[in-house]
Amino acid sequence: MPGRNYQATRYSGLDQINTGNAKDLKVAWTFSTGVNRGHEAAPLVVGDTMYVVTPFPNILYALDLKNGGAAKWKYQPEPASAAQGVACCDLVNRGCVFSNGKIIFNTLDDHTIAVDANTGKEIWKTKLGDINHGETITMAPLVVKDKVYVGNSGGELGVRGWLTCLDSNSGKTLWRAWSTGSDADCLIGPDFKPFYKKDQGKELGVSTWPPNRWQIGGGTVWGWVTYDPESNLIYYGTGNPGVWNPELRPGDNKWACSIFARDADTGAAKWAYQMNPHDEFDHDGINENLVLDLPINGQTRKVLLAAQRNGYVYMWDRTTGEVLSATPFIRITSSFGVDLKTGELHTNPEKKPMTGKTVRDVAPAAPGAKDWQPCAWSPRTNLLYIPHQNLAMDYQGTEASYIEGTPYLGVNVKMYANGNANRGEFCAWDPFQKKKVWAIQEDLPVWSGTVVTAGDITFYGTMDGWFKCVNAKTGDVLWQFKCGSGIIGQPVTYKGPDGKQYVAVLAGVGGWPGAIVAADLDPRDPTGALGFVNAMTDLPQKTTKGGMLYVFALP
Amino acid sequence: MKTRVLMTICCAAALVSCKREERGFRVAPPSAEKIETKSLSDLHPAGSSVAPPTKNDYRENAYAVSEGEKLFAAYNCVGCHAHGGGGMGPALMDNKWIYGSQPQQIFSTIVEGRPNGMPSFRGKIPDFQVWELVAYVRSMSGLGTSGASPNRSDEMKGPTPPSSMPKQTPQNSSLPKSAERPPP
Repeated sequence: MPGRNYQATRYSGLDQINTGNAKDLKVAWTFSTGVNRGHEAAPLVVGDTMYVVTPFPNILYALDLKNGGAAKWKYQPEPASAAQGVACCDLVNRGCVFSNGKIIFNTLDDHTIAVDANTGKEIWKTKLGDINHGETITMAPLVVKDKVYVGNSGGELGVRGWLTCLDSNSGKTLWRAWSTGSDADCLIGPDFKPFYKKDQGKELGVSTWPPNRWQIGGGTVWGWVTYDPESNLIYYGTGNPGVWNPELRPGDNKWACSIFARDADTGAAKWAYQMNPHDEFDHDGINENLVLDLPINGQTRKVLLAAQRNGYVYMWDRTTGEVLSATPFIRITSSFGVDLKTGELHTNPEKKPMTGKTVRDVAPAAPGAKDWQPCAWSPRTNLLYIPHQNLAMDYQGTEASYIEGTPYLGVNVKMYANGNANRGEFCAWDPFQKKKVWAIQEDLPVWSGTVVTAGDITFYGTMDGWFKCVNAKTGDVLWQFKCGSGIIGQPVTYKGPDGKQYVAVLAGVGGWPGAIVAADLDPRDPTGALGFVNAMTDLPQKTTKGGMLYVFALP
Repeated sequence: MKTRVLMTICCAAALVSCKREERGFRVAPPSAEKIETKSLSDLHPAGSSVAPPTKNDYRENAYAVSEGEKLFAAYNCVGCHAHGGGGMGPALMDNKWIYGSQPQQIFSTIVEGRPNGMPSFRGKIPDFQVWELVAYVRSMSGLGTSGASPNRSDEMKGPTPPSSMPKQTPQNSSLPKSAERPPP
């Protein structure tokens, strides 16, 4: 699975490549995916085979690690071409998972597919959503035992979010937990015990909305699902509420921008915590929640650790949903902090968006302090490695009309560097001291994932194509390699059939920040790509399109 | 003397304002039925067989173009194409036209949709409004008339307003250049 384990630490115990010899890394082999959109997926290695799923048209390749990465087979799901018209932020896919002889992944046109890992033959294919509602699927599923968890995308199109559980053997839907609507729809029952008063009550998924607006209320589940085997709970976050312009949807808008803990078998909600009630700035809550047991104030606490889009590194008690800490990791102007007693986020009234008004210098910008790009956690250094952007924005509310299957936004956005600083950063976060231990400033947003190893090295990529190896303790760059296109993929490391350690990453610029290159947008309109274009006008001079897998090893 | 100066100023002002726009108050949109299918290719085996372009008088009508701009937001075109720079959909302020730059081609792109994500708005938008959208969409890349194109963008610090947009000559136009209507 892309997260490496249920806890999503993205930590590998391999240590052949380490701080001493990383400078000698060389390209071992490469593979062109033949696709020119943004490559966000993690390559997946099972035995002697590497599996790579591309952006739309979501081709699944099986590459033979015993034969220089030659393609064994490819599976082409041929998703509906029209799906490209309802994908908000490039045509990405975040990866596939392996379970019991099957490779399972999602397609942009709302299918979950299981393919025989040996032969590439389709075993089952289940349609979960409808592009005519504006729904797409971009996330990597999670499999626990015989259950597959899949969520939808489309928060920019007034889609109603859900997490669906499928039987991994048959592909049949077992249950669906909606993010808005009645308690029954949200699988909220007698077991539901949110920690804070603000999240307690009946039918909040209906009553915190203007009448019936929960039906187009967003809260899509396009990020990461993690799992705690001990308690048999899954954890995931929900996306922004439907229609970006908050003035058009009075209320807390539950359960958008929330974290859910659910029973992995039944989906019954155990607790929820809404990070951004009445979200003002598209600060989705979908980022990965790492499942960790950490010593806090002399006792081991079962926590979730997550660097969230609204600019705070949250630590929750994962058994109760209590916020243990929430600390800013970039310059924030949209809010003043989180009250640990009430769980409330104190928003900045000066930045409150209104129709017809432009609020300026809102930080973090719409993609947040960190978007989907996953962190890594090393139990050796006890540090969280955060790849992230550092952007602020101007935000103008406008009227919005809901037309099913089209964007539902009601804002004009223009992004730029936050506080005249660099647009991106790769940093190591100490959750005990609640501060950065080191940080590498990057000119462009860091939109790639990361991985950390027992060799105390960590990897990330830049949007102009540099793949970097960093000393996990000091932040010194030990080695770098220029790939053909910008990197927004998730690096992985694995032991090959020859016993050697390899590092692999997909290059291929795109995603929301890279859409200016991947989709040939016009840099003269600052509001292009929902305002991201303004922050990326120099990207076309710095990189070009092209999906390519790079695999590195020591000589 | 004073009167003569005033008269001269008034005459000059009147002359300048005349240049701005000759508005037809009852401009009929081209009838949708008259639209011939346009080729999307510059290749015409065995000689050219190019249908004449449909005239869209809305191009010269500031009211129609500004209505088109309003509709461009109201029908959520902005959500995908932004204010011309593109996003989920392609940019409309540049010289690339995947499905043709002629008014009738843009009309059918909106009404019929296109296979890579452009939705079909058939039956959802009245024809005269589609023609207003067509006039505005062409003005985004400077293909409108200077008199009728909006002088400023309505949105926050948008791109260059259509009236000041340098003309972007369409690439791979499926019609010979002479088929374009000459500027008034």
